[in-house]
Amino acid sequence: MKNYDTKRVNFKVFRFNKEVDRLPYYENYSFDVAQDEVVLDILNKIKWEKDGSFSYRRSCRHGICGSCAIKVNNKPVLSCKERVFDLIDIFGYELVFEPQDIKQAIKDMVVDKERFWSKYSSVKPYLVAEIDAHPKSENIISEGEADRLDEADYCIQCGNCFYACPSIQVNGDYIGPAALLKAFRFNTDVRDEAKRDRLEIVNQESKGVWDCVKCYECAEACPKDLSPIDKITKLHNQIFEENMATDNVATRHAVGFKDSIQKHGFLDEGELVRYSEGNLGVLKHVPEALHMLKNGKLIMPWQMPKSEKLDEVDKLIKSSSTVKFK
Amino acid sequence: MENLKYAFFVGCTPKQSTPELMQSTLAIAEAFNIELVELVEATCCGASHMQDYDDFLSLVLNARNICYAEKRGLTIVTVCNTCQLNLATAKYRLDNDESLKQRVNAKLKEVGLEYKGTSEIKHFLYALIDDFGIDAIASRVTNPLKDLYIAPFYGCHNIRPHEVHGSSNGNEDPYRPTSLDRLIVALGGHSVEYGHKNKCCGFHVELQAPKTANRISGSAMLDAIENSADTMVTPCPLCHLRLDVQQKSISEEMGQDVSIPILHMPQMVGLAIGISPEKLGIKHNIAKVDFV
Repeated sequence: MKNYDTKRVNFKVFRFNKEVDRLPYYENYSFDVAQDEVVLDILNKIKWEKDGSFSYRRSCRHGICGSCAIKVNNKPVLSCKERVFDLIDIFGYELVFEPQDIKQAIKDMVVDKERFWSKYSSVKPYLVAEIDAHPKSENIISEGEADRLDEADYCIQCGNCFYACPSIQVNGDYIGPAALLKAFRFNTDVRDEAKRDRLEIVNQESKGVWDCVKCYECAEACPKDLSPIDKITKLHNQIFEENMATDNVATRHAVGFKDSIQKHGFLDEGELVRYSEGNLGVLKHVPEALHMLKNGKLIMPWQMPKSEKLDEVDKLIKSSSTVKFK
Repeated sequence: MENLKYAFFVGCTPKQSTPELMQSTLAIAEAFNIELVELVEATCCGASHMQDYDDFLSLVLNARNICYAEKRGLTIVTVCNTCQLNLATAKYRLDNDESLKQRVNAKLKEVGLEYKGTSEIKHFLYALIDDFGIDAIASRVTNPLKDLYIAPFYGCHNIRPHEVHGSSNGNEDPYRPTSLDRLIVALGGHSVEYGHKNKCCGFHVELQAPKTANRISGSAMLDAIENSADTMVTPCPLCHLRLDVQQKSISEEMGQDVSIPILHMPQMVGLAIGISPEKLGIKHNIAKVDFV
């Protein structure tokens, strides 16, 4: 049997049964792991060989049902896809298995995904269209039109991006990367008729795209390499393209960069804050501005640096701009 | 070894809100005989916000930035994680999409430029560690940071998304980065192990969602403090602006004092190789650097 390499690994596993345990605890299990074994094989071994009460979700074993997502040493993984040897390369011979969100744990690796699904259903995650109930043919789209979905339809709702997002952890209102990716998926479908409705949903302050912190945790977490943050960027773009950007601190902040680059090449930090916040809003930054001034961290308008060859920049901005802010 | 020479993409903050980053970068480059040729034609990278407004324009302007390094035949060095990501992303997209490159080059032609893809883009941290060499740095240490417990704060945009950075960050693993830890040890310090070292600082929502930003940075700072850090160090001026300048509002939001000195990566290197605190711009740091 042992005609190929195995490695001895200690697995420190989160255990908790909401119905009987007051606090979670960690159980240690050691196994010899072979190079073709994935995290799901270890979960199975724990259940089948060590403790039949051990609980985790799994179904397809082929990376398509999205149910077996957990965290290993805080790295979101799809258990059935993640080779243990690859994890050893990163973290060494002690691996910590935890559910996606320990605060939402029900039993061992099983979490209550209610928050995930409620955010998901809030973006109309389905095709909205008047479609004949008894169609004579398929309602197909061209290859080019399908390409524009940018593989967003491959999302398996595993929740890895959602539970990796730091913005969600501190702001319960934020819709989060999975739901935003889904909004993009249907907004970009040529058959759909609810684009502006969804843009209204994702354009809301504290809930929508403007609360993405741009940390790229979702891009790393996605087992399908869908880069949810890139879809969030495209939703930002749709908001401007559809002329739905409301005049507020977040939109002015995005637009302010172009104006500043055109004028100076560099970003005028002080002016960006003033322009984004407005003349009244900027007053709340006065205490920190005074502090920065005292420490030589603010420059005066006449000291503003300028890039060379600004005529080129001006020309490129005029010829390459694709959007207008009202 | 032949002296290292790079095209220096300065970015916006070193000339405005983080003069100490400019001073300390130039000071250690001089000490190590690293030549930094400023890209005087370069513009702001868009700071990960301009692409939200106009993605194509953002790409064209960053392609132009890279063109000026290509013309000089040099690798670009950045000193800000977000500049690094925005330039590296432009390069990644252009190098992997011929038709996009053609569309961008059609615009650049109007100003007599062409993006070729010949210049590498790397953050100064990795130029120091991988090109100058961690042993060479260690050999220059005169004032080892031996009593200091230093919490490395990597900042998102140097380590994620990993495929965009590729080998330019030494193939750093986003879930277990090691470069700053290794640098701290090479300088004689103790690197603090804590969960938030590779987490976000919240800078990019500071204006529209200050509560979110403060809670995110507050969690990281408390984690560092609870793990006995004397100071935190970061290669990113945007993380620095959050963690250093905003300590008062972060403390208010967290209901706990998060006071802790925050060093820029080159300030830390400079202190260990005996450069004076004045030359490293320490007086510009807002949270008092009480150990120099």
